[in-house]
Amino acid sequence: MVKQLSVFIENRPGRLYKITQLLSQHNIDLVMLSIADTKEFGILRIITSDIEKSFRVLKEAGYTVSITEMIGVEVPDRPGGLAEVLAVFDRCGISIEYLYSFARTSDKIAIILFRVEDSQSALEKLMEAKVKLTDRVL
Amino acid sequence: MYNRQMETLPKGELRALQGERLRQVLKRVYENVPAYRAKMEAARVTPQDIKGADDIYKLPFTVKQDLRDGYPFGMFAAPRSEIVRLHASSGTTGKLTVVGYTRHDIEVWSELMARALAAVGATRDSMIHIAYGYGLFTGGLGAHYGAEKLGATAVPVSSGNTKRQIMLLKDFEADILCCTPSYALYIAEEIRKESLSISDFKLKAGVFGAEPWSEAMRAEIEEKLGISAYDIYGLSEIMGPGVSIECEHKAGGHIWEDHFIAEVIDPDTLEPLDYGKEGELVITTITKEGIPMIRYRTRDITTLLEEPCKCGRTHVRMKRVLGRTDDMLIIRGVNIFPSQIENVIAGISGVEPFYQLVVDRVEGADILEVQVEVSQALFSDQVKKIEAVKQLLEREIYSALGLSVKVTLCDPDSLPRSEGKSKRVIDKRKF
Repeated sequence: MVKQLSVFIENRPGRLYKITQLLSQHNIDLVMLSIADTKEFGILRIITSDIEKSFRVLKEAGYTVSITEMIGVEVPDRPGGLAEVLAVFDRCGISIEYLYSFARTSDKIAIILFRVEDSQSALEKLMEAKVKLTDRVL
Repeated sequence: MYNRQMETLPKGELRALQGERLRQVLKRVYENVPAYRAKMEAARVTPQDIKGADDIYKLPFTVKQDLRDGYPFGMFAAPRSEIVRLHASSGTTGKLTVVGYTRHDIEVWSELMARALAAVGATRDSMIHIAYGYGLFTGGLGAHYGAEKLGATAVPVSSGNTKRQIMLLKDFEADILCCTPSYALYIAEEIRKESLSISDFKLKAGVFGAEPWSEAMRAEIEEKLGISAYDIYGLSEIMGPGVSIECEHKAGGHIWEDHFIAEVIDPDTLEPLDYGKEGELVITTITKEGIPMIRYRTRDITTLLEEPCKCGRTHVRMKRVLGRTDDMLIIRGVNIFPSQIENVIAGISGVEPFYQLVVDRVEGADILEVQVEVSQALFSDQVKKIEAVKQLLEREIYSALGLSVKVTLCDPDSLPRSEGKSKRVIDKRKF
């Protein structure tokens, strides 16, 4: 499974900049970043080169932060690639809280990271269904 | 005037009456309320030491905490069989401040409220629209009994459903409106939105209280509703609405001195201040049976005016209440202590929360925003879970206070760290 950091941010100018600046000062590389936003606040979700260190750094700087385990799935980068995987989720009755993806062009694959409620049981079901799992996101 | 003889009683006679009644009430509480007896013994004073109203300074104060310590009925000075009604207001923690009335207390309250309504021009021909909440809050029933005592027609609409309120105001041709001043402005705004003309209404006067307001608000209400607006003062610990009322000269509210002794003290030194000096209002109820209050610290800041009023009433006047000596907020007529909200947040987040209360007035309605820093316990990586926490906070605060608030979640360390509690509240309302 892939570890992701979630950070609470109020919707105010400059908040995201501060966090990225803090990580760069500690020589932490951002691998993935996404933001779930509402009218009043956002949840910054990031994967970094060093999750444990990032967690410590952010925590010490006073942020409210948590670590979440994500299920990584490798899908072929072609039409229908994701649909086939989602069909398995559907069949196994795994509901997805949120997901995001990034393409690795060199390997002609896309990596999809899934957040599900019970990741351990989901993982077992997916393995049984022979879905190609990965925790290699770097 | 509803009771011309009493309302215009010469000062000297009024003072003598106060002394006599004070001695009676002291005897009553000394004999019936252990908490009062203990307080007086600690202060080395007995009822016999009090010869007249001028000796009141010898008596110890009573505070809201005393009511809480005696929760629910510990301060009652009448047997339960004589108590015919209870009311309650919020305390600093989850417990309410409970007061009880004997039949005589209800009679007195009704008369004082009838005096108040008559002072603003109500008669037995009046249609009195009462939009104060009915229930444990004293506003609705207090005004109601006064209206009936006067012989007017009481319309017990209570609060809420503004569209219906406007329909009834118009169709029943109410001439007197009783509600909070902010609600009066809200009604005015809704009338405008419904494209009704104020000339379709027969309103003449409004009796507004239960929250602080200003001369500017008075001018706005008077202009928008085409009425004369009067400030009424009261608190459940003393009685409820009708402790004081402005007369047609709008030069401070007359405190009914045949039933109350009013003083102003320095809230820091607790020393009595002369008339004309600003300080904390302290009231002693001298005819109450159910739960008499001896030198009760109201926490309201005002000034007492002794000069005779042009209306002919001899009773002392109090200036409009300017603020409080504690951190109590009055929002839409509901008394709120920040500690109540703090308890709710702490209960959900499990830690001492950092929060800030922002009060504002939008289109005449008071809005309370509760800003809470997101602690680990409140946080989740999922939007729907954080939204659920927010709604839970709003629901729990509502059930604790009876007031709907807006919760906003903030970054950790983003709210000011205050030295005192005062910074926890930002009041943007302009009174």
